[in-house]
Amino acid sequence: MMKKRWQRRHLVEAFVKGLMIVSFLVVAGCLGAILWTILVNGFPALTWDMVTQIPQGGFYLGKGGGVLNAILGSLYLAGGGTLLAMIFSLPIALYLQTYLGDSDWGRYVRLSLDVLWGIPTIVYGVFGFTIMLAIGLRASLLAGIVVLALVELPIMVRAMDEVICRMPVDLEQAALALGSTKLEVAVRIVIRQMLPGIITAILLAFGRGIGDAAAVLFTAGYTDRIPTSLMQPTASLPLAVFFQLGTPYPIVQQRGYASALILTIIVLIISVGSRLISARLNKYTVK
Amino acid sequence: METHIRVRNLNAFYGKQQALKDINIEIPKKQVTVIMGPSGCGKSTLLKSLNRFLELTDDTKISGEVLVDEQDIYAGDVDVTEVRKRVGLLAQRPSPLPMSIYENVAYGMHIHRMHNDRLAYKKAVRHYLEIAGLWDEVGKRLHDPATSLSIGQQQRLCLARGLAVEPEIILGDEPTSALDPISAQNVEKRLLDLKEQYTIVIVTHTLRQAKRLADYVIYMYLGEVVEAGPAHEVFNNPQHERTRAYLEGQF
Repeated sequence: MMKKRWQRRHLVEAFVKGLMIVSFLVVAGCLGAILWTILVNGFPALTWDMVTQIPQGGFYLGKGGGVLNAILGSLYLAGGGTLLAMIFSLPIALYLQTYLGDSDWGRYVRLSLDVLWGIPTIVYGVFGFTIMLAIGLRASLLAGIVVLALVELPIMVRAMDEVICRMPVDLEQAALALGSTKLEVAVRIVIRQMLPGIITAILLAFGRGIGDAAAVLFTAGYTDRIPTSLMQPTASLPLAVFFQLGTPYPIVQQRGYASALILTIIVLIISVGSRLISARLNKYTVK
Repeated sequence: METHIRVRNLNAFYGKQQALKDINIEIPKKQVTVIMGPSGCGKSTLLKSLNRFLELTDDTKISGEVLVDEQDIYAGDVDVTEVRKRVGLLAQRPSPLPMSIYENVAYGMHIHRMHNDRLAYKKAVRHYLEIAGLWDEVGKRLHDPATSLSIGQQQRLCLARGLAVEPEIILGDEPTSALDPISAQNVEKRLLDLKEQYTIVIVTHTLRQAKRLADYVIYMYLGEVVEAGPAHEVFNNPQHERTRAYLEGQF
């Protein structure tokens, strides 16, 4: 009587479960293929020179040098952009949750951010370029940082927003019961409790910033030198990949793959590193 | 008997549903008042009206007055954070803040800037942990996360944290219902010790606890106060049929 019989609904379950596994494999397979491609093509060209030197004469024709200009440029651009975006995002996200909540205004703000999130980054680049022309600013690290901050802001605010809305109500009320103002709850309790999630949100935005080519193309320009001030143009890894893969020389193309590999490794190091840090800061979090 | 909290013509609505109907009660100073009644009778709502927690729920409407020391806490010029500093709350489940044990007790004192130097804070933290009967257990591990304590210890930490902001009134929303019997007994004992200095208002759904703690009893049913009076009178000689039925367990 309790024996398993193959009823229709069991078949449906097996079928749907199979579909889920297939979808997962497709996605994981794509990721694997991408990593495999850049590893196979890029690893042979990943020399010490690549990460410690700037391009020398004839670099794009196959002569010596490396992409240190693009590595540092990308770190400056994405680091600066993320920092700037963070300075604005955290207050916006806290304001959204603390004072707007589910009100009409809260919904309008979230909708606008979602729309901004969906705008292609090339549009941000052109927008930034137009403003730069108007105020007479040349392609520079500063302009690149500002535009990347704009690109990162919506993703960072919405990710933080989703994190902060999972704040336990009991905890918030415990702080209010002691006579906290809403601001004190937000700054002293919510940030501490939600820190791991907030760091994830920052990382997500950093990943988008460091991987973006279109927004920095117009605003930060490209140069073989390492910038020494905010007003100088700067190279970036995504554009380095683009320019090198665009040449007809296999050895330069290989360096393009190596640059992509470096970019991937940077993202990996920063992700793992900040997760380790947040695990340490996590000690007091209420589960 | 001196009155500490006077509730006048208090009505509360959640949306269109009326949760409190024309409440008029007087809560005596430095005694334990127990609010009891069946589930959904409005006892928690009444308690939350005393520290202005009702307004945290969306779509609530409140009318009437709640006078603490003859001052209406719902008046327009009243600072809600001051109200909550004077009227502390011990919740049903302990909610330690995401900080160390020390910081949990110091938090409220910090935001209200109650002391001037580090040493004074340290002394105060120790003092209130002693009152809550927790010092012997945590004195050597003040910088551990508060969540590393047992649930019973956490509830006493919440008591210490609440007392540290020097309230006059302590509200308890079934403060022992999430605890094991021994921890519950421990918390009850602290509350009885505290009534020398504080006015205590407790909501409970266990009649035995009400009988152990109460000096003064408020019995509620369907959003109304059916009967209120000194504990020995209400328990021994209830004036209303409903109260009598509840005390005899007919629910």
